[in-house]
Amino acid sequence: MNSEREYRIEMKAMSKSFGGIHALKNVSFSVKPGEIHCLVGENGAGKSTLMKILSGAYRMDSGSIKVDGEDVKITSPLHAIQLGIGIVYQEFELADELSVAENIFLESLRKKSIINWKKLYADADEIVREIGFEIDTSIRTGSLSVAYKQIVEISKVISKNIKILILDEPTAVLNDKEAEVLFGLLRRLRERDVSIIYISHRLEEVFKIGDTITTLRDGEITGVNPVKEMTIERIIELMIGRKLADIYPKRDVVIGEEGLRVEGFSNGNVYQDISFTARKGEVLGISGLVGSGRTEVARAIFGADRRRSGNVYLDGKMVNLNSTVKAVRSSVALIPENRKEQGLVPDLNIKQNITITDMGKVTNSFGVISDKKEVSIATKLAGMLKIKAESVETSVFSLSGGNQQKVVISKWFNTEAKVIIMDEPTRGVDVGAKSEIYRLINELAAEGNVVIFISSEMMELMGMCDRLLVMSEGRIKGELSKEKFSEKNIMQLILGGQ
Amino acid sequence: MKNSSMKKSINWLSLFKENITVIVMLILFVVSSLLSENFLTSQNIFNLLRQLTPPTLIAMGMLFVILTGGIDLSVGSVVAMASVFTAHLLRTQHLIVTLFLVLLAAAAFGAFNGYLVAKRRLAPFVVTLAGMTIARGIAFIVSRGMPERVRNQFLLDFANNNFLGIPLIVWFALVVVVILVLIHKFTVFGRFVQAVGSNETAVKLSGINSNIYKIGVYVLSSVLAAIGGIIIASRVGMGSPLAGEAMELSAIAAVVIGGASLSGGRGRVINTLMGVWVLGMIGNIMNLLNVPSYPQQVFQGIIIIIAVLLQSDRKGKDIQSSSNR
Repeated sequence: MNSEREYRIEMKAMSKSFGGIHALKNVSFSVKPGEIHCLVGENGAGKSTLMKILSGAYRMDSGSIKVDGEDVKITSPLHAIQLGIGIVYQEFELADELSVAENIFLESLRKKSIINWKKLYADADEIVREIGFEIDTSIRTGSLSVAYKQIVEISKVISKNIKILILDEPTAVLNDKEAEVLFGLLRRLRERDVSIIYISHRLEEVFKIGDTITTLRDGEITGVNPVKEMTIERIIELMIGRKLADIYPKRDVVIGEEGLRVEGFSNGNVYQDISFTARKGEVLGISGLVGSGRTEVARAIFGADRRRSGNVYLDGKMVNLNSTVKAVRSSVALIPENRKEQGLVPDLNIKQNITITDMGKVTNSFGVISDKKEVSIATKLAGMLKIKAESVETSVFSLSGGNQQKVVISKWFNTEAKVIIMDEPTRGVDVGAKSEIYRLINELAAEGNVVIFISSEMMELMGMCDRLLVMSEGRIKGELSKEKFSEKNIMQLILGGQ
Repeated sequence: MKNSSMKKSINWLSLFKENITVIVMLILFVVSSLLSENFLTSQNIFNLLRQLTPPTLIAMGMLFVILTGGIDLSVGSVVAMASVFTAHLLRTQHLIVTLFLVLLAAAAFGAFNGYLVAKRRLAPFVVTLAGMTIARGIAFIVSRGMPERVRNQFLLDFANNNFLGIPLIVWFALVVVVILVLIHKFTVFGRFVQAVGSNETAVKLSGINSNIYKIGVYVLSSVLAAIGGIIIASRVGMGSPLAGEAMELSAIAAVVIGGASLSGGRGRVINTLMGVWVLGMIGNIMNLLNVPSYPQQVFQGIIIIIAVLLQSDRKGKDIQSSSNR
């Protein structure tokens, strides 16, 4: 019995099926007080299911859960919170129209008939400050960036006095600097003896903050190890069950002449004096924090937003890309940062999402769509990009994040795009899908296209790009050639301008 | 994460939900046949179908607008405008010229609505609410508030004669419905109308000019409403500024009973047709049973709510599984 007391949570022989598919098979998972326990695995490995059971959203089929040595049956999310278990989901559950403070205290506000606004804001400020941030808690939550919404979400959970904090991919929407702030917060919580279960696709983070790492594959535990004894390669092996020879596949491309030139892009305060060139066959990375103007520049090149000034040259010729229609006609493509809100059309199936960029290929002169042509094009691309789905007529919603992203990418393979701008193409996808996306980037470059790769993850930029632009506060702060790639150099350029 | 047996049970449920309008329609049909011996007579059925022709056309246009996530409140007034224009123009113009001008006016009116919605980014509800009073006002101005006779034998014949035992206008509505099914399912227009309603941002970022489709549906809606107006005027032999009153509401009701999502992206032509029939049959059977008109309205409202309730997602489970992704 002694050993049991050392764990805050003990889940034993957990099983859960959906229909006949075993999402979890006999999984045992324990967390000590004051430890940061990382949980990794590919999408569909069972991480979310396990955490949803722990946080009361799902019921287990069999198994037992002990919290502080006592057997419990967690019956609802509310029950979980009463037991001290709080979860911050990947997708936030915030009311955009309410103030930050109202969101933080949403549950307790329900019981009150009169609200003391002064006190409410003061209390909320206190909580936010305690975790190391400064947010005006009286402003509308919807006006915050995703990164700050995340902070509000964490504040909301922490305000409930919890002992076990579950974070499902908290850094997916954060840049490196913001992630550091989050890590600081997690370390402080650890010192207060809070147990943290940390789900992430970014393995570097595991080494930064994790104490213990549990790997899951296909609903089974493949390893529980102290982080100190692990390497990235070893973790990936445990996750995918095979060696991933190289996360960043090598590319053999002769870089050609100039393909894209951007001159003097400015748009008021958002970005100023953006000029750069990218050559054919080159993967040009743009590094920068969220809010550095990188997404806005990408959208402006693609004609999705207006700009005050600046010109775009393709193959040395000036082109007027003032709408997305013109951009696509001029062979420019954009893979937007948010695949659900900007990339996919939810009521269309896979093939319809793929062919949307060039309906000319699947229609006759009367605008009548040929199902046969559509299926054949979509099947070819789905095969090429290794989209895992029952058929090309499957709903895009039933796909995993990685496969959804591949659908968004494949719709540009359907066009003859020569300049492909990717804004956070690997956000929220698992290691296996990431490496697939890297392979596709290489393929695009090998065909002599220009690839602009925007990312918050320095590791992947350094692994994939030939050259890097560093943006901060709406300006290009510097350029790094491959030999000079390092986190230190990038951070110096980002901070250098301040 | 779901196996086949699970999928099967889900499919049954979704199959039921998808076809709920058909099921409700069939139940109503059987019940009506039992309740009144006058219901299932060819005279009553054809009469009903004939009555339902204008509502069918209008509901079809409404469906396309709703597919884009919009709404068109002006259609009832466009019916009045078209019926008045037709009677008025026929005094001096040839039938072909009249029809051309009426439909052109309706198309222009729809294009104006669409322009305000798509380009000026005004709320469809507000734009077409204004359009509703404008069109009705024009109908009153042109007619000076008085109904006017339709002086054209061809139109009167078209609206009242049969072909192969079935009213000509029912044939006409059938052709329109078939064409719209084909447009919705097999053309780029149909595809993009649905896509715009589903996620306009993604459509724009795919290099597509979404405004064309948003304007297009309002043109389609107005033109179909105008055809409905011409048919109404021809059936009764009068162009009236009072025609088409509240027809926009029953059109919306039919589309909703047909399972379309008011936020756009989801809806089927056939189901909307079923929605029209459900509403029409309720009215018809209550007339046959001599139910007074005020209780009729209450019943209609209740049926709308029941039909929509049956289609709505059950809360709880569904919400969780969707936030899983």
